[in-house]
Amino acid sequence: MDLKLDHHSEDRLTIVEVEGEIDVYTAPRLRELLIDLVNKGNFHLLVNMEKVDFLDSTGLGVLVGGLKRVRAHDGSLELVCTQERILKIFRITGLTKVFGIYASVEEAKEAHGSDK
Amino acid sequence: MATVELTFSALPAHVRTARLVATAIARRTGVEESLLDEVRLAVGEACSRAVEAHRLHCPGEPIRIELRDDLGRFEVTVTDSAPSDELEQEQASLRFEDPLVQLPDTLMSGFGIAVIVGLADDVQVYPSQKGMRIRMSWPATANGLSAV
Repeated sequence: MDLKLDHHSEDRLTIVEVEGEIDVYTAPRLRELLIDLVNKGNFHLLVNMEKVDFLDSTGLGVLVGGLKRVRAHDGSLELVCTQERILKIFRITGLTKVFGIYASVEEAKEAHGSDK
Repeated sequence: MATVELTFSALPAHVRTARLVATAIARRTGVEESLLDEVRLAVGEACSRAVEAHRLHCPGEPIRIELRDDLGRFEVTVTDSAPSDELEQEQASLRFEDPLVQLPDTLMSGFGIAVIVGLADDVQVYPSQKGMRIRMSWPATANGLSAV
């Protein structure tokens, strides 16, 4: 399955919807979207990975790159993910300590609301 | 011992095909369903690393995968032709305590291999000036069908 990307804003949070496979072939499209969003002043990103079928280290690199960019603007890049097969690669690489990972978009929004 | 061999050009689009073939052969060889995601990811990581290395050093050379049903184990070997003597240095410098400092937003060879080591049941990495060979294997049940 190819990669489908969409995004919308809710309050100060930009929610990026990702569907399909994030690998060496498709990851550049996600990288371009994250760079574009940051360049347009969206510094609080929530990447919804609930419909991601596959994620490899190239995809992890893109997410880490996005996190670096938003942090340069005191922003945040967090994830929504409950799929064990996707979470496993975050655990193997130690990236669970780096990303905020939520069980749902609502949970992430509530956490952001309490930050205000 | 039944073997399937696949060679492909160093194009990112072909990595998905390699993953699909490896998963199909693993299932046919009798690898448990619960391990198939690990096979898919580990083979994908090995092939992605090889594609990136070939694009840097030898874009015209093909990458080879061997998938083997070997005495109750499903064994995958990914072989590339790009010099890989810098691998030890990359792995030595790889610490996950602060990935933000170390990880660029492109594939890093040592990072992909660390993921493979975390996934595969048994992994051997053979770097050399002539290329890298990554051999990994998983248990396969006796009920599996022949790979070919």
